[in-house]
Amino acid sequence: MSDSFDIAVVGAGPAGGHAALTAAKSGLRVVILDEQAAAGGQVWRCKSTSIVSAPMTPESLAGNTLRKALGESAVTHHHDTRVWDIRREDDQWQLQILKNAESSQIHARSLILATGAREHVQPVPGWTTPGVIGLAGATALFKQSLTLPGKRTVVSGTGPLVFYVASEIRRLGGTVAAVVTPNTRTDWARALPAMALQPKLVARGALWVADLMLAGTPILWGHAVSRVSGHDHATGVATRNLAHGTDGPSIEADSVCLGHGLTPNIEAAQILGVPIRHDPALGGWVPNAEPDGLTAVEGLYLCGDGCGIRGVTAAGLQGTLVGARIARDLGKSSPKPSERPWQRAARFGQAMTALSLPRPDLVALSTDDTILCRCESLTRADITAEIDTGAASTNAVKSGRRACMGPCGGKYCQSVIASLIADQTGNDAKDIPPPTPRPPLRPIPLGQAAGAFDYDDLPIPKPAPL
Amino acid sequence: MIRLVPNNAARIKRSEKVTFTFDGVPVEGHAGEMLVAALVRANILTLRHAPNDTAPRGAFCCMGLCQECAVVVQGQAVEACRTEVTADLVVERV
Repeated sequence: MSDSFDIAVVGAGPAGGHAALTAAKSGLRVVILDEQAAAGGQVWRCKSTSIVSAPMTPESLAGNTLRKALGESAVTHHHDTRVWDIRREDDQWQLQILKNAESSQIHARSLILATGAREHVQPVPGWTTPGVIGLAGATALFKQSLTLPGKRTVVSGTGPLVFYVASEIRRLGGTVAAVVTPNTRTDWARALPAMALQPKLVARGALWVADLMLAGTPILWGHAVSRVSGHDHATGVATRNLAHGTDGPSIEADSVCLGHGLTPNIEAAQILGVPIRHDPALGGWVPNAEPDGLTAVEGLYLCGDGCGIRGVTAAGLQGTLVGARIARDLGKSSPKPSERPWQRAARFGQAMTALSLPRPDLVALSTDDTILCRCESLTRADITAEIDTGAASTNAVKSGRRACMGPCGGKYCQSVIASLIADQTGNDAKDIPPPTPRPPLRPIPLGQAAGAFDYDDLPIPKPAPL
Repeated sequence: MIRLVPNNAARIKRSEKVTFTFDGVPVEGHAGEMLVAALVRANILTLRHAPNDTAPRGAFCCMGLCQECAVVVQGQAVEACRTEVTADLVVERV
C-alpha cells in the first residue's frame, strides 16, 4: 500500500467524509484518517460491534449512509488512526500517524483538516467527581455502546444538546432526575427565526421537551448546576437560579452530564500557521478559512465545526464545497456547488451555538477551590495567584503552573483560564489567545514518538575546542 | 403513561457477555463494547487517582481527549473510552 496521496483528510465526520467523497469523485487519490473504528465523527458515531441489533435513529441512519458511500468509493480509509504530528516538507504534507500501536508516515500534496469540535464545560465544585461526564461524552456512550451514564441522571447545560441527551437517556430506558439549563424560554424564542430554517429538527426538539414534560421530569430553565456532591461517585447536585442569583433545588442523582457548548479543535490548524480569530458566535477561537476551505497556508483547507461551530448539516455541505475546491486547485474539473445551502444551514447552526455564548454568571459558579485544570489538579486560586504574579497570557500561566501542559494538552482548561486572565487583567477575551499548541496532537507512547533509530547513526558534532 | 420518546431498552440485542478483569476484579461486559461502558454498568466509576491530589477520577469526555479514563492494558496506558472489551482482557489502574 502506497503512503503517498493527492489529498489527506484528517477526520471522518460529516465534513471530512463529504470532502473526501467529493474530491475522490474527480479522480484524485484521497486518504482519510480517523481516530474511530468507523467513519461518522462524534455526531454520527458508529455503534460498536457489541450491538447486534437496535432501533435506528436519524443519526445512525445518516452515519450509515456516509459509511456506505465511503466504503463504495475509492477513498482509502485509515480507521483507528491517530494523526499526532503534521509538517510541510518539500512541498508535501507529512503526517505522522499511529495505528495498531505503530507509528508511520503519510504524504499528501494537499491537506484537509476536518477536526471537529470538543466540549466546553464550565468548572463547578465537584465536576471532577467520577460519575460526571460531558454532555457530548454522554452522546458517545449512547451512540457507540447504547449505555447509560447511570441509573438516575441530572442532565445540565446549554443549547439543544441538553434535551437530546435527556431524551436519549429515556429512550435507552434510564431516568432523568432533572434537566438543568442556563437557557431560558426567552433565549429559545430568540432563536426561533433561524430555527424555522430546519423545521424537522425543531419538531424533533419539541418532541423531546414535550416527552420530558409528560413524564413529569423537572426542567429548570435559567438554572445551572452549581455543585456536584459525592467523593468517589456523584450523589447529587446543587443548583442556582441564575436570573435571581438564588439557590435552586438540590437533586439526588448517581450521574451528571454537564456541557456548555462546543468549541472547535483548532490545534492542528494553529500549528500549521493558520491565523486565528476570536468569534464567540462560532464557539470561541476559530482559524480563518473561506467557505470553500481556503486558508492563508498553501495546500491547506479547513471544513466543518473545526473552523467554527455551525452544526452537522453545515459541516457536510462545507465538506462538499471544500472537496470540489481542492479538486479544481489540483487541476481536475469539478463543478462548483452553490454556497447558499451551506449559508442557510450555518444560520441555523449558529443560532444553536448562540445559546451557548459565554456568560459571566456561569463563570462565577467556580469557587477558589474548584479545580480548573483537571490534569494538574490546579484550582482557581492557583491560577488567580499565578495571574497576580504578572502572568497575563495563557502561555505564561502554562509555563508557570503547567496548566494546559498535562495529558489533555489544555483541551479542557485553556478557555476557562483565558477567561479568568481576561477578567482579572481587565482585558477583552479577544486579547487573550489560547496557548501555543505543540505536537503531539494526541498523546502517544514515547517510544513511538522517538521512532526506530540506532544511537550509532546519530550525527554527533565535534566538541568545541577548549 | 403516554411516552412520546419510546423506551427502546428491550429492543437492543447485544453481543455475548465476556469476562475481563479490572484491577484483579472480574467484570462482565459485552464483547466489542467501549471499556468505559462496561465499567459504568458494573458501577466502577473511579478509574484512576489524579497524580497531584490523589482525588478519584473517572471517564469524562468519552472521546479520547481528556485522558481521565487512562488505564493500563498490556503494560501500555490507554484510554478506556477507546479500548474495546474482549474476553480475558486484563485492565489495571495506572
